[in-house]
Amino acid sequence: MKCDELLKALSDYVDGDVDPSVCHEFEEHLAGCNPCQIVVDNVRKTIALYKAGEPYPLPEEFQRRLHASLRARWRQKFGK
Amino acid sequence: MEGMESGTSPSDLELLRSAREGQWVAFEALVARFEPRVFRLTWRILQQRQDAEDATQQTFISVMEHLDQFREEAAVGTWIFRIATNQALAMLRKRRGRNTVRLDTQANQGDDETPMPHPEFIAQWRDDPAELAERREVKELLGQALSELDEKYRMVFVLRDVEEFSTKETAELLGITESNVKVRLLRARLRLRERLTRALGDESTRLAPDHGHETGNRVT
Repeated sequence: MKCDELLKALSDYVDGDVDPSVCHEFEEHLAGCNPCQIVVDNVRKTIALYKAGEPYPLPEEFQRRLHASLRARWRQKFGK
Repeated sequence: MEGMESGTSPSDLELLRSAREGQWVAFEALVARFEPRVFRLTWRILQQRQDAEDATQQTFISVMEHLDQFREEAAVGTWIFRIATNQALAMLRKRRGRNTVRLDTQANQGDDETPMPHPEFIAQWRDDPAELAERREVKELLGQALSELDEKYRMVFVLRDVEEFSTKETAELLGITESNVKVRLLRARLRLRERLTRALGDESTRLAPDHGHETGNRVT
């Protein structure tokens, strides 16, 4: 497999979404290629890290304002 | 509320139906269910708190205005996230318009022309994601790395990998093909991997990216 093909297979492999013959060829390569093993691990960790981070909790003050403005709009629309 | 069994909470659809009939309490419950995720999604796309607040508000105003148009074959959540994504995109376009740079989320140019970024800094990370996620400087790094990505790659990464929409859903939300989604996702992942590994990788485990790939030799 050429480099670009390997990278593409790597991404699909991380998703578990790859055609069996490509997967097999990629896994064979992976077995003998330490850098690629590390890259696969890096990509998995990158995704896990973004999923794990919860840096954007809904600001309470914004939530209050949002509900108040929606309530006002609702009254206009439905009259109750 | 209509359809509510005692002891179980109403489904999204039940809430929407009650809201359609003018029940504020049902609409507010629906907002409360989705506002954290809508805020998070728009924040990640727009990378600015004020814009995310505006986009979140616009999303729920739009939901309120279009309750009657909701077609019940779709899932309520998917509908709301599509509205949120469109709001965020509209805001990106407006922002870009001010800087007179064309927002190219639809076009595929650049995806196939510019070479795929090959991994250069290859090393084991020093710590696990779970530990890293707690640290403030890592959170800043994540935000920084994401904002450095081209918008069209950031959109796909946020929707696919962070918000866990499927390839098909992501393609629909962005109005691109599934194949576009995959190519852009790959580029996003590779760039983020590179950026993060440079900061978080253990130098002593660093390996050179050399193993006959460049020559295109078949590896048996």
